[in-house]
Amino acid sequence: MHIPDGYLGPITYGSLWAAIAPIWFYASHQIKKTLKATQIPLLALSAAFSFVVMMFNIPIPGGTTGHATGATLIAVLVGPWTAVIAVSIALVVQALVFGDGGITAIGANCFNMAFAEVLVGYAVFRLVAGRQREATSTQGTRFLIGAAIGSYVGINLAAFLTAFELGIQTILHVGQDGRPIYSPFPLRLTIPAIMIEHLALFGIIEAVVTVVVLLYLRRSHPDLLRRQS
Amino acid sequence: MKTQKSNYGKLWTGIGILMFLAPMGLILPELFRAGGAWGEWGVEEIRDIAGYVPGGLKHISEVWSAPIPDYAFSGWNKGVKSYIAYLASGLVGIVIVVAVSYVLGKVLKRENDDRVQ
Repeated sequence: MHIPDGYLGPITYGSLWAAIAPIWFYASHQIKKTLKATQIPLLALSAAFSFVVMMFNIPIPGGTTGHATGATLIAVLVGPWTAVIAVSIALVVQALVFGDGGITAIGANCFNMAFAEVLVGYAVFRLVAGRQREATSTQGTRFLIGAAIGSYVGINLAAFLTAFELGIQTILHVGQDGRPIYSPFPLRLTIPAIMIEHLALFGIIEAVVTVVVLLYLRRSHPDLLRRQS
Repeated sequence: MKTQKSNYGKLWTGIGILMFLAPMGLILPELFRAGGAWGEWGVEEIRDIAGYVPGGLKHISEVWSAPIPDYAFSGWNKGVKSYIAYLASGLVGIVIVVAVSYVLGKVLKRENDDRVQ
């Protein structure tokens, strides 16, 4: 889901840079209002977790690979706006240092995975969990189900946005010879290719990672599962 | 404060364990003969798949040379060496990500403190 440099033309990557800049500004503003010194380690832990969990490439035998992002999990634990910044930090370092995702595509990749996935994953979590926004050792089934469904929906939304952004390049930018000059694969190819693997496998991996970490934290760090807001 | 610190210490240990396990993210795809992620191919692979190299794609793909491309060191692209490079990349990445988070966190918090005063 990390779009490399060159796949997106300037219209798309420029628009998504323009979209992510005010989102980062607003998220920083939200963090400013609430951040306490004791929460800085949580921001760092979240960014480090997102970075390292994305290194676990899960193979489809004979096919492609994919990975979890931790985006919804982090939103559930530290709130959506801190999660936007945490996942963005991981994605920017991946692009700049490791060439995982392009630098022109940082806006796009952050919009997909650090904004849309985080916010929608978190909204679905809130919707399903309802009033059960705390998970203790004796309760929390709705909390966990909400986080699982939220993370499944969230990563699939990011996958859809990625497929859409890649697919529209064949419409937006065509050379004089009639061939696409950026990503050459049309929507009818990108949507099924990316969506089937995420709906069938990587979305479930994301939900499992979310639930396993929450089950662990419920026992070891119950304070983290008590929502502050 | 002290208990909170030791609390987080346990979570950092968890990040460390994940870091040491991260080469599984390289070994498993090799074991199951899986390629990279869909739509993250290099220029040569694009040539094989699409039958040509789109001009704009080639041009923009050259704007940035990452210092540690694909979590690998040059010449350390296969076997055990590639797993070591992947592990080391994980360590480097985590250190940078954590440093950026702390700097950003401190800056945002300081602005917050300034405003309160």
